[in-house]
Amino acid sequence: MAVGVKVVNRPGSLGQQAYLPAIAEGLGVTFRHFVKNFFGNVTGQRKKTDIATIEYPEEKKAYPERNRGLHRLMLRDDGQVRCVACMMCPTVCPAHCITIVPEEAPDGRIEKRPMIFEIDELRCVVCGLCVEACPCDAIRMDTLDHAKPTYRRGDAILDKEELMSRGVRSTAVQGGVGAFWREQVAGQPQTPASGEVVPAGAPHGPTPLRDHGHK
Amino acid sequence: MEYGSLGFQALAATIKIVFMILGFLMPLASILTWMERRESAMMQDRLGPNRANIGPFKLWGITHFMADAVKFLFKEDFIPPKAHKFLFMWAPIMAMAPALIVAAIIPFGAPLCWGEMTEKVGLGGACANPVNLQIAQLDVGLLFYFAISSLAVYGATLAGWASHNKWAMMGGLRATSQMMSYEVTMGMAVLGSFLVYGSLEPGAIADQQTNIINFGHFHSSWGIFLQPLGFILFLTAAIAETKRTPFDIPEGEPEIIGYFVEYSGLRFGMFFLGEFLEIVVSSAIMITIFFGGWHMGATVDGFLAHVPNIWIFPKSLLFSLLTLIVWSIKVFVFCGFQLMIRWSLPRFRSDQLMRLGWQRLLPISICNVVATALVVLAVQAW
Repeated sequence: MAVGVKVVNRPGSLGQQAYLPAIAEGLGVTFRHFVKNFFGNVTGQRKKTDIATIEYPEEKKAYPERNRGLHRLMLRDDGQVRCVACMMCPTVCPAHCITIVPEEAPDGRIEKRPMIFEIDELRCVVCGLCVEACPCDAIRMDTLDHAKPTYRRGDAILDKEELMSRGVRSTAVQGGVGAFWREQVAGQPQTPASGEVVPAGAPHGPTPLRDHGHK
Repeated sequence: MEYGSLGFQALAATIKIVFMILGFLMPLASILTWMERRESAMMQDRLGPNRANIGPFKLWGITHFMADAVKFLFKEDFIPPKAHKFLFMWAPIMAMAPALIVAAIIPFGAPLCWGEMTEKVGLGGACANPVNLQIAQLDVGLLFYFAISSLAVYGATLAGWASHNKWAMMGGLRATSQMMSYEVTMGMAVLGSFLVYGSLEPGAIADQQTNIINFGHFHSSWGIFLQPLGFILFLTAAIAETKRTPFDIPEGEPEIIGYFVEYSGLRFGMFFLGEFLEIVVSSAIMITIFFGGWHMGATVDGFLAHVPNIWIFPKSLLFSLLTLIVWSIKVFVFCGFQLMIRWSLPRFRSDQLMRLGWQRLLPISICNVVATALVVLAVQAW
């Protein structure tokens, strides 16, 4: 014979093979749950039931702190957008959902800023790489919110104002000392005599301002 | 109107048919569509559909079935271009009609004592002119049930064939093989009961089960105590006939959707409702054969029989209504039990299903028939 037959000896007594005791046991389990949940629910005592359902619009489950949600653009101290249109995020974005058109900033202290900053939330895959890539803490996904459902596809493309409307002033330091670091470090030597590269804005020695715990 | 005249019989039959279909089967089957989802949710620690409401009346979402009906009405009634249109349109009716027709033989309450409504109640054949609460009192009784319910297989088969869809075809074939196989066991399983009761007429069978359990006159106990094995076999086969888990390979949601895969809108709704009608009817048949029909034991029956004449309800009518309520509760509970089985057990594989049907249940049912026959013979001879 071409095909080998492997005989599997099923364990079990007649009682197991007759199914019925196991069926009765299974029905007992479901019936117990049914009775508990049914009477708990009818008498309005959800606490006494095992029900895990969250009744969504009325009840909402808190998202974890590091949830990646809807994007926002952070602000400088004076309320301008923090983004310097460095094009890091559209470059890294795997879904090509970020569109930035840079322009020269009228404020002479900043070189570039985005004229247009649009994110297509329908194309976004919520990977968070833009946030990782951003060198100046301008884009974040920590709103703990979803992209809102829309009736037209165009409405899902969020523009700069919309993204900034959720933004707050970032407490992160840019270039080490804040948004306008060029002014602050203008009078200081960028490179100490020893030749060691010091982070900008750290005039007194080589200690980095932000220690991430790994050297 | 003269008792026994043709007009009287026609009128009584019409009233009974309208009550049975519009007053019992359809509402219960509709509610079961909601109840199945809600009950399964409760078993699985979920909430289930609880939001449907009419204005402020929510009632745990019980109006969900109305929302379903409205949705079915407004969905597109799509017929695949290559489908056989005539059979495609007839298949849902063929699937649903047998369940309704079979309901004709089920006794659903104590007979009314026509002409003696204020004096007697229809318990224990006390009436001179009884009006049976049973649409058709057929002497072939349960044979009619088997004959008609086996027609339900045409609904599934034709739907599968007419849809011009491989999966529907496969579902139809599976349904055919399954229903054919389990009908044999089903018939064999109740043969024992026929031998015990000496009748095929459901009304006569129910009337013999006057006690829940009585060791003095054991043959007057409920059928489940006389034929426990027959009950288990019949229950198994009946669930297989309704094509529900653990015997739902004709549908098999994760693999093939089944014979109704191409159906939408109200035609799908008919399959859907037909399945629940089959549950109700098979529950009612099982109540009749194994749980005493509308009888609730001699004590309760005797208690209910002491009804006074109230307002426009004469004694006999009131007693019949009370027994009807008893019967309805029994059927409802049994439907709930069938739903519980459906949500507790996993599905059989196709070959397991066939092996169970032909190699286990059929021999056991034949043994049951032989054993019952010997016991009946011994009792009669003794």
